[in-house]
Order: sequence, then C-alpha cells, then structure tokens
Amino acid sequence: MALLANSDTISTAGDRRARLTRDAIGVLVILVLAAVGYFLFPNNLALLTRIIAIALLVLSLDLVTGYCGVATLGHAALFGAGAYGAGIAAAHFGITDPIAMLAVGIVAGALAGLVSGVVVLRAHGLPQLVLSIAIVHLAHEAANKASGWTGGSDGLAGIMPDAVFGLWQFDLWGRTAYVFGIVLLLVAFVILRQIVRSPFGMLCRGIKQDPVRVRAMGASVHGTLIKMYAISGAVAGAGGALNAISTQVVGLDSLSFTMSAEALVMLVLGGTGSLYGALIGTISFLWFEDVVSAANPFHWLTIVGALLIAVVLFAPKGLYGSFAAYLERRGRKGR
Amino acid sequence: MQTVFSIGVDALAYGMVLFVISIGLSVTMGLMRVVNLAHGAFAMIGGYIASYAARDLGLGYAVAVMLAVVGTILIAIPVERLLYRRIYGQPELTQVLMTIGITFCIIGIANYVFGPTLKTIPTPEALREPVSLGFRTVSAHRLFVIGCGLAVALGLWYFIERTAFGVKLRASVDNAAMAAALGVKTQVVYAVSFAVAVGLAAFGGVVGAELLPIEPYYALRYMVTFLVVVSVGGAGSIPGALAACLLLGGIDTTGRYLMPEFGEFFFYLAVIAIVWLFPRGLAGRAK
Repeated sequence: MALLANSDTISTAGDRRARLTRDAIGVLVILVLAAVGYFLFPNNLALLTRIIAIALLVLSLDLVTGYCGVATLGHAALFGAGAYGAGIAAAHFGITDPIAMLAVGIVAGALAGLVSGVVVLRAHGLPQLVLSIAIVHLAHEAANKASGWTGGSDGLAGIMPDAVFGLWQFDLWGRTAYVFGIVLLLVAFVILRQIVRSPFGMLCRGIKQDPVRVRAMGASVHGTLIKMYAISGAVAGAGGALNAISTQVVGLDSLSFTMSAEALVMLVLGGTGSLYGALIGTISFLWFEDVVSAANPFHWLTIVGALLIAVVLFAPKGLYGSFAAYLERRGRKGR
Repeated sequence: MQTVFSIGVDALAYGMVLFVISIGLSVTMGLMRVVNLAHGAFAMIGGYIASYAARDLGLGYAVAVMLAVVGTILIAIPVERLLYRRIYGQPELTQVLMTIGITFCIIGIANYVFGPTLKTIPTPEALREPVSLGFRTVSAHRLFVIGCGLAVALGLWYFIERTAFGVKLRASVDNAAMAAALGVKTQVVYAVSFAVAVGLAAFGGVVGAELLPIEPYYALRYMVTFLVVVSVGGAGSIPGALAACLLLGGIDTTGRYLMPEFGEFFFYLAVIAIVWLFPRGLAGRAK
C-alpha cells in the first residue's frame, strides 16, 4: 500500500514520467499475459473471456470499496444491469452491433450505479451493507418476475452480436470475443489509472481516510461518492455487456448475491485500493475455482470460506498488497 | 376474514421466530460492534443437531431442543475464541469477510455431512393438532412459537434490565473502555453474551424449523433477513428488534399470501424504504 501511495502522490515532471512508464509496463504485462493465455489455452478462451468480464466487475468494486471505503455486498446488481441492458437491446430491439451493445451496457450499468449509489450511501455501517444486499436481491427478484423481458430463470437467450466493425465475426472458439475483451480491459485499465490518480481520485481516497476532514475542506463527500459510484457502474456494466456478448446468454446468476460476495472475495484476495490487486485477485480466484471445481465441485464453498478466513488472518493486504509491502521493505533495506 | 386472521397468526409466528434468532445478533452487535454474518449459520447448526437427535436418535422434542442449544454453544465457543477474537475492533470490511468465510465453511461442511436435502424436526403430538380458540382454530405449533417468542422477549428484558449482569452488559454497550476501567470484566461479559446469543439462535432455529426449513443454504438464505431485522430495529435494542420483526414478518407474510408470484420483492422493497427513512434503525441512537 505504501508503495502505491508513493507512486500516486501529486508531483513533478520526473514523477509523471515514472508513472507513465509504470502504466506502460502495466499495459505490457496485461498484453503479455493475454498472449500467453491465448497460446497456452486455445481451447479455454471462453473461460479467459469470463475472467476478463469478472475482472471488470472487480475493478469496479475496487473503485467503490478500495478507493472510497464503501463496503458493499450488492455490486453484482451493476454487472447484471450491464448484462441485461446489452442482452435486452440485442434480443428485443435488434441492436446487435457489439460496440452499440457495449455502449448500452455501460449506460445501463452507470444508471444502476447512480441509483444504488444514492440508496446505499444513505446509511453507514451495517444498514449500508443491508441496503446493498437488499438492492441485489430486489434486482434479482425483479429480473425473475419480468420474464417477458429477461427470460426469467431460463435466462435471456437469442443474443446474436454482429461482427466487430463488420470485420471480425464472433467465432465458435471465442477468439474474437477474447480479443474484444482484452482490448476492452486495456482501455478500461488506462482510463481508470487516469481517474484514480486525478484530483478526483485523490479526493476519494481522502474521503476513505477521513470524511469529516474532507467535508471541512469544503468538498462534497456525498456528491463525490455518487460520482464514483456511477463511474464504477459504467465499468461493471461494461463487464456485464462483455459477458452477454461473449456467452450470448444472460442468466439470473449475474444478479446474484453469491456473485457480489465472490467479487468481494476476489478483490480482497488481490488487495483493495489498487487496480493491479483487483486484476491479480480475479485471475487467481477464478483459476483456483476452475482447478478445484474440476477436482471436486462439492467442497468449493468450504474452500472459498477457508480461503477468506486465511486471507483475513494472514494476508489482510491481499496478494498484491503483501507483495508490494515486501518489495518496499526490501528496497528500504537495500538503500 | 379467514385470510386476514391466518395472515395475522402466521405473520406473528414468523415475526417471533425472526425475533428469537435475531435478538442475540442485535445484542452482540450493539455490544461488540461486530458485523456478524455467520449468525444464521449457528441457527442452522442448532436445527441440524435437533433434527439428528429427534429423527435419527429418536429423542423427545424437549431433549432435542436442549441438545441443540447446548451443542451449538459448544461448537461456537472455539469459533469465538479462535476467529471472532481477532476481528473485534477491526474495520467493517474485515469483519464481513471473516464472518462470510465462516458462513461458507459451515454451509459446505453441513452439505457434506448431512447432504443437500431438507431436514425436518418431528414435533410432539400435542403441537401438531389444531387448537380451538372458540371462534377460530389455530395450529398449536404457531401458538407455541408465538409463546416462545414472548417468553424470550420477557426473559431477556428481565435479564438485561433487572439483573446485576444486565447492568454490566448495558454499561459495556454504552462505553466498553469506561466499564472496564470501573471493574467490569468486559471479556466475561462478551463471552457470556456471545454464548447466550448463539444459544438463542439455535433455539430459534429449532423452534422455527417449520417456517424456515433447515437445509445447507439456510445460513445464506436468511442471513439477509436477520441482518435486516437488526439494522431496521437498531443494534442492541430489544423493543426495536421486536417492532422490526413484527413489521417485517407482517410484510413478508402478507406478500407471500396475496402475491406469491412476486417472491420476496416487496420484502426487499420495504427493507430499502425503511432503512432509507431510518438510517439508524427504528430505535437506533445517534452515534
């Protein structure tokens, strides 16, 4: 965490160059990982695309929980809004251009973020948590009831996205969907890096540390948080839309409480308050899930629970946070 | 009229079950400031123990209830010592993660040991027959549940308002550091309250098994409901929790009777509305 705080302070031209280098390295690492995934698991691209979609959800949760300090167990509502937004646009309104579907998903997610932000930020502590859970359950029940639009518990089928820019068809092996997802993730990552280090992002961190003081400085705590919630909703919505485009079906599970809780687990596993942490957490969790559920699906829940307890007890900063802290200790010793 | 009456009885019984299970959560949350998402899991453990004792071992209902309460407390004590101790005073997110982890573990283990099927707890003959109230007949089990709820409410009220331990408990809720400085052994108060809370959860789980059926996902399914009761009622307040249970029980039962196809839609809508209007709970105190 300290390493991050150093790299993100407001600063001189030299620092800026260092930050740009750091971002470039981040983008490169994602690209290399993406290429490695593509060539190592050519038959598993669907799983990799799903990881990207969930990574967007976890990034979006990080914006709210990691940067603003709002604990929420209802973030899947935003993801589901994006997924159903894109899916309904394709299945009922004939908007099958993937870019347009993505745009619809982003707008739907941002709107859902705005609404749930207004509701969730009304309370603090336990009531806040309860509000967030109630939102995701309400969305789930509503989607289940409105089966004419959403397909109910059968899921929304009949989503047939066109070729991207009219050039690349979505193929059976999911290659186009994978590349589409990687590009989306990179764009989101670069934009989010800019947002979290902008004055607005710093203000959010300030609110996490001491809302009273931020208010005393004359900034609007509530307004800032709601803005961040809407941004977060847009990112989650993009993830949902990607999921709808790549799997061509939207199920009720994308609006479930379990999904929200798992996203939180991934975030904490990777480390809150850093975009890298969110990515690392998602990849390790979903990879782990794939391995374990292939071995024995019945014990999955027990293992997630034990994993959570272990993270809280032994690595409260998450994988990336602990690693960064270790590097910093090394660096200090070396100097 | 018949519908209104049966909705009323069911709502009252459901509210009382919610009350018996959640009141312990409310008290410990007010006392230890721990967001405990695993409370429902302890109610579920109680239900499983009672089901095992009554159905598989053939013991009587009363014995099964006693065994469930004692057994759940025995299971909960090491969990409290090893895991909960470390999250007192930690940030909320840490507490949420730890307790949700405990819940997942318990669900997984219950699923493994008892299987995914519903477990019933055979009730004695006397509770199965309908009772005539002169103008209506009511299920004796519902009356029994309502009686249990009232007894727990009265007993807790006496325990907290009238006994020496209750004085210490209230002092620790108001200001733990000051209470400790004045010689109250807050650790003991915490431990006893946790045990009572878990015991009540188990009791509620057994008594309410007909309304909230025992199955592995019990802990997750009703977790929200119990948390809602506490946050609507205001942590640490018995009258608040009672009011919240009756209100939410009424809304949920009415919704199920009149519009079953909407599921729990209205319940969650009501929850959002109530928390929106009373962010600190019905009987919550300003910080």
